[in-house]
Amino acid sequence: MSSMDRYISNVVKSVPPSGIRKFFDLASQMQGVISLGVGEPDFVTPWHIREACFHALEHGYTMYTSNHGLIELREEIAIYQKRKIGVCYSPEDEILITIGVSEAVDLAMRALVEPGDEVLVPEPSFVCYAPGAMLAHGKAVPVQTFNRDQYRLKPEELEKCITPRSKVLVLAYPSNPTGAIMHEEDLTALLDIIIKNDLIVITDEIYSELTYNGSHVSIASLPGMRDRTVLLNGFSKAYAMTGWRVGYACGHSDIIDAMKKIHQYSIMCASIMGQKAALEALRNGEQEMRKMVESYNYRRRIILAGFDDIGMNCFEPKGAFYCFPSIRCTGMSSEEFCEKLLEEEKVAVVPGNAFGACGEGFVRCCYAANVNHIEEAVSRMGSFLNRHRKY
Amino acid sequence: MGLKRQILNLISHEAKLSPKMIATMLGQEENNIIRAIQQMENDKVILGYNTVINWDKMEGNGVTATIEVKVTPQREVGFNGVAERICRFPEVRSVHLMSGSYDLSVVVEGSNLKEIANFVSHKLSTLDEVQSTVTHFVLKTYKVDNFVFEDAREDERLVISP
Repeated sequence: MSSMDRYISNVVKSVPPSGIRKFFDLASQMQGVISLGVGEPDFVTPWHIREACFHALEHGYTMYTSNHGLIELREEIAIYQKRKIGVCYSPEDEILITIGVSEAVDLAMRALVEPGDEVLVPEPSFVCYAPGAMLAHGKAVPVQTFNRDQYRLKPEELEKCITPRSKVLVLAYPSNPTGAIMHEEDLTALLDIIIKNDLIVITDEIYSELTYNGSHVSIASLPGMRDRTVLLNGFSKAYAMTGWRVGYACGHSDIIDAMKKIHQYSIMCASIMGQKAALEALRNGEQEMRKMVESYNYRRRIILAGFDDIGMNCFEPKGAFYCFPSIRCTGMSSEEFCEKLLEEEKVAVVPGNAFGACGEGFVRCCYAANVNHIEEAVSRMGSFLNRHRKY
Repeated sequence: MGLKRQILNLISHEAKLSPKMIATMLGQEENNIIRAIQQMENDKVILGYNTVINWDKMEGNGVTATIEVKVTPQREVGFNGVAERICRFPEVRSVHLMSGSYDLSVVVEGSNLKEIANFVSHKLSTLDEVQSTVTHFVLKTYKVDNFVFEDAREDERLVISP
């Protein structure tokens, strides 16, 4: 068959393949693997939320919604954000319902980025921001964060990467893959640079409810930042609703309107039954969500205690459901470590460099897993370290 | 939430958790956990540790029945006198005083239907305070103490995802 490669757009070709893909292929071929490599909750969506979806279907809710999404869901999101971060958004024109946060990231990039504009992406980061910037004809500029700073974005590192073309700063805390969070003072320290350079912030707060020993602070709530911020959130992580694909964007009406323009032509609207379920999650889901968060917190402590026991160096993550231990004592690269660990111990974790070059020397472990599996995986990692420890 | 309640929430779902594990999960010292559990055992807040068993998977199963009992309360002791008497029968697994159309809900276990029938007719109904009984036999168990009896599905999430 002749190659059709010449038809593929150069922009798409310029996006590197996912660093996770190769490892996924390797791990999914193997039997009996204990996986700490998953990026989603291990809970099923709470029953009352699933039930709300059945109810919607039974009552014939199978049509389009407005491009913005159901008004009652947007109203509920406005109430939720006011309560959680103290910022008011108008349900009419400052909130847009999307197909998960992933679509919202894509929309925000395409709405904001001109060809050649630079998008600052603190790394290690979730895998979609840099490709999102590139597909919008922008340039993704990695900003390094470090283990010694508990992977918080430091103003001096941000400053180093600023150029006249810098336009967008992505913040995604609590962080996938590190579990890092940004405290109010950490965010405040960035404000001067953001305002001086007239940056706009895309903040992906999908893990905001999974913040331990304290509460999440959004940059949108800081002085002068509301209109300069596109806040993205959704239901996947807090309410264990990954497969439903419902997220949303909040921000200044001009930006939301621009995002809506793309959304209405490419997507039309998020599925109505998913939106109905999301509405139920916001109205009545707090109690079940708290239980799930508590359960993640238990397991966070279990895995950290386990790493401590086997002498694996790991900073204490305060959010999401990941930890990001160092594997430098083995002298292996992240990929080599993960491949060997999979081969020798049948434990799957994700190489840190899949989340950016500065993730090299680390691996991402997800503790949204059965407690027995966590303990067994950590114990196998312990034997692995005993065999391969160099330093 | 107080430490004792946190511990109870955990062990009410998983009695086998070791004090060390509970301490890790709650970010506490192990000694604090041991002490709190001992105190709750002494205070009879914790009465014991049962196992949730799916007997349907074993051969030679017994029979369980829920019996609605109407009783005449007695002077001074009210319902307590008769409830305590019923509790003493070894075949009785649980006894609750209920609101509504009957007074006591009694759960009874026996090795067969006849054994439970005998218990009701010879032991329970013959108590002076008992006015009437309605016996319901359990046909199938779906969920007990938060455990669903149907086998859980395997973890179907992708092994690796971003």
